[in-house]
Amino acid sequence: MCGATEGGLSLDGVNVAKEALIQGQVLRDGEPVGNAYVRLLDKTGEFTAEVPTSASGHFRFFAGEGQWTLRTLAPKADPVDKQVQAAVGSVAEVVVAIG
Amino acid sequence: MSRENSLVTTQWVEDNLDTPGIVIVEVDEDTTAYDKGHIKGAIKLDWSTELQDQVRRDFVNKQQFEQLLSSKGIANDDTVVLYGGNNNWFAAYAYWYFTLYGHADVKLMDGGRKKWELDSRELVDEVPTRPATSYTAQEQDRSIRAFRDDAIAAIGVQNLIDVRSPDEYAGRLLAPAHLPQEQSQRAGHVPTSLNVPWSKNCNDDGTFKSDDDLKALYAEAGIDDSKDTIALCRIGERSSLTWFVLKELLGHANVKNYDGSWTEYGSLVGVPIALGDEPGSADA
Repeated sequence: MCGATEGGLSLDGVNVAKEALIQGQVLRDGEPVGNAYVRLLDKTGEFTAEVPTSASGHFRFFAGEGQWTLRTLAPKADPVDKQVQAAVGSVAEVVVAIG
Repeated sequence: MSRENSLVTTQWVEDNLDTPGIVIVEVDEDTTAYDKGHIKGAIKLDWSTELQDQVRRDFVNKQQFEQLLSSKGIANDDTVVLYGGNNNWFAAYAYWYFTLYGHADVKLMDGGRKKWELDSRELVDEVPTRPATSYTAQEQDRSIRAFRDDAIAAIGVQNLIDVRSPDEYAGRLLAPAHLPQEQSQRAGHVPTSLNVPWSKNCNDDGTFKSDDDLKALYAEAGIDDSKDTIALCRIGERSSLTWFVLKELLGHANVKNYDGSWTEYGSLVGVPIALGDEPGSADA
């Protein structure tokens, strides 16, 4: 996927004012990872949702206000956890680098 | 039912890719996942266009289901092995659906598509062609399907297991967090329903937890083994997975899936709703 745009997943058709968005991209050595799974865990660590990354390594969640954890699983890589803060009306952009 | 005859491993599937009489079927929430590569020989079922009536909110009827399976080349005596993404969320729904229409031999691939991918097993682009069959379905088995009146009658009487995430149960979210949250229905849960998120049935790699761990999970949640159980979620898919665990893996006798689930219940006029993290009371 050479030339894929980093970050900045298109927000066309998304009502940003009413959603607490968390989105981003999974990278390995700077290259997009299109076969990763990103899970969203709530503030107690409980699973809330999971999505496969797109061919360009992108993912998106419609969360609620507050603190969340992104856990990324990919073939031949250890899981990576990242904390993220979400708020209605904003987009939290996260880049996840896996080993 | 038991784990041995309702579940197969990814290795078993790889060993049986060319075995006659076994049909591997991908059913994914993301209906384009199959097109990005799938298990060799697997066919695709689209839950949104092929398993739902396209006008009213209901399943395809018996005749439509027969036509669908005939056209897909699935025969009555085939072993159907289902797999999909998101811990087999929609594959479990298809499992329940095949059971509803009386298919004799249906199994889930433990861990689903994610486990297959994390194992670095092969995915192919080639779409197989299967000769059409003449499939005969049974009448719907209503003993595994709950309707809204069953859910209301179960308040304070039966086990109601709400399998949505804690934030959906409490009313802080209206949909799983990978979907937009704007919805028409009210937030919350059916009073007295216990919250056992569907994801607790599974390990991180998507495989089911052991029977002992699953028994402990439901005992701790307070399920009463002497009572019948109704599982529900938002649209009846995640609760199919919990139905599978309670009915097929743990062998509970009377377990129904309420496919109307919260998108129906939360839109009903006048029914009781509880908010917050506690089950609430039957008098609410």
